Amino acid sequence: MRGLHRTYRTTVGTLRRRRLEVEAVRGIDLEIGRGELFGLLGPNGAGKTTTIRMLCTLLLPTSGTVRVLGLDAVTQAREVRRRIGYVFGGDRGLYDRLSAYDNLRYFAELYALDPRRMRARIGEVLESVGRAGREKERVEGFSRGMRQRLHLARGLLHDPPVLFFDEPTIGVDPVGAREVRQLISGLQERGKTVLLTTHYMFEADSLCQRIAVISRGRIVASGSPRDLKSAVSDRTVVEIEAYGIGEPALARMRQLPGVESVTVENKDQAQVVSVQSRDSVQLTGRLMELLQGVRVERIGTREPTLEDAYVALVTGG
Amino acid sequence: MAEPLRWPRVLAIGWFYQLKMQAQSGFMIMTALVQPLIFATIAMADQQAGTRSLPILYYALGAGIMGIWSTVVFGCGGVISWQRHQGMLEPLVMAPVPFVLVLMGITLGTATVGLYSMAATLVWAEVVFRAHVQMADPLLFSVSAVLTVVSLGLLGLVMGSSFVLYRNSNAISNMLEYPVWLVTGLLVPLSLLPGWTRPIAYALAPTWGVQALRATALGGQPLPDIGFCLVASVAYLGLGVWLVGKVEHRARRTATLNFQ
Repeated sequence: MRGLHRTYRTTVGTLRRRRLEVEAVRGIDLEIGRGELFGLLGPNGAGKTTTIRMLCTLLLPTSGTVRVLGLDAVTQAREVRRRIGYVFGGDRGLYDRLSAYDNLRYFAELYALDPRRMRARIGEVLESVGRAGREKERVEGFSRGMRQRLHLARGLLHDPPVLFFDEPTIGVDPVGAREVRQLISGLQERGKTVLLTTHYMFEADSLCQRIAVISRGRIVASGSPRDLKSAVSDRTVVEIEAYGIGEPALARMRQLPGVESVTVENKDQAQVVSVQSRDSVQLTGRLMELLQGVRVERIGTREPTLEDAYVALVTGG
Repeated sequence: MAEPLRWPRVLAIGWFYQLKMQAQSGFMIMTALVQPLIFATIAMADQQAGTRSLPILYYALGAGIMGIWSTVVFGCGGVISWQRHQGMLEPLVMAPVPFVLVLMGITLGTATVGLYSMAATLVWAEVVFRAHVQMADPLLFSVSAVLTVVSLGLLGLVMGSSFVLYRNSNAISNMLEYPVWLVTGLLVPLSLLPGWTRPIAYALAPTWGVQALRATALGGQPLPDIGFCLVASVAYLGLGVWLVGKVEHRARRTATLNFQ
């Protein structure tokens, strides 16, 4: 991808309609090597899916070039389509009234699989995603995880050399998600080029050789997971698990000297607050002073993870 | 196998799965069965009361085509917006076959469901109104029926290709159903309609389809109507191929393949 831009045009307002332009992708330059497993990370609306859709020939760039295996994704769309597989996240994108087998059979025809090998190939991909034995059931009765596996099977059906996975483990149970990760890892071992988007940092950390972090349509960092983590290696993270920390307390935390970022994650009833700082020794005491009257279950320091690096990159912390 | 040699397979499998899905849809079956039966009943009861002079079979065939048309209109508009809602439009566009083949399989499969209507109105005429349903030329009647379904399916392709762009395509479908019933002479002869409707009627396949079916069922010269039905089909195919190419490009440019 070179100088890739994508602008969406839309209108707002009911009586006085106004045209609006949204720049979803603002000048992305990126090269992914053959056989590489590459991660694209970023918050919702950052431009990840738009970028993948342009690579998959579903969207035309406003400007810039997109090439897949040396083929132009705009002018040689059909050639590109033959060589790529796109695994969508979520539970849409399947024919509910057809069985899993029929869904795959239809796409096997669309992807011009050898008719003599079709049945065997469908069996193989269903086996590889752990869905063998239920192929005759209609998709409408499938759980989200089962649908996700069927998406995977469809993406793999024509054995493409390049695969795009858009949040492939979303909605999949932990055991299933682990199997999906193993499958993706196995694809890379077989020489496939994989581009993966995910919100699960441990997934990107464990699978990807290189990662690009995209924020507001621009790549803000790229490199190996270790490279990205090294950007915050001078920091320490204080992690607090507590109940009932209010917004004023969080605002005061952000103003403490040395604090780079404060993020909150809700875990059941508890809040898990991660405070990134360059000075953890004095910070722990100051935080405890701020949290007087709050029920603190646990407080401790840890080394920064990829998630911390990601938070620092997308929040500018 | 060279790519163009696979196209009939792609078309056939698309047609088959579309038919399989539509045949399980309660909405489509109701559209294909109930509505034409209501209109057929009114027309045939009128005929028996002596206010209409043409044979009952004439009205039964008209009502049958009304059902096929309703199925095409709702099916083509509905299926595409349904595909978009289901997130199917993107995987279909992404497939490395001409998108027009995919769309044609859908519209032909949808039109085929409309044959329910034809069968239902003929059985209704025979059982309830004791009409003697016997075709003057059964072979040409079958040819006309198949050709009518194909031409309506291809007309559906022309409509459907435009509908890919519009997210509220169901509204367009609703507007098209009744006027076409009227203007193509499905329930009243074309000679009763104002002259300015004639060019519209001649451009629409249901006009030729119903005339061919009536001629083969009731006796007459069906070949000109069959010929015009064929010409209309070829014209729709050409227009459909051109439109689908344009529409696919525009949808990729304007990002209308999926709901964001």
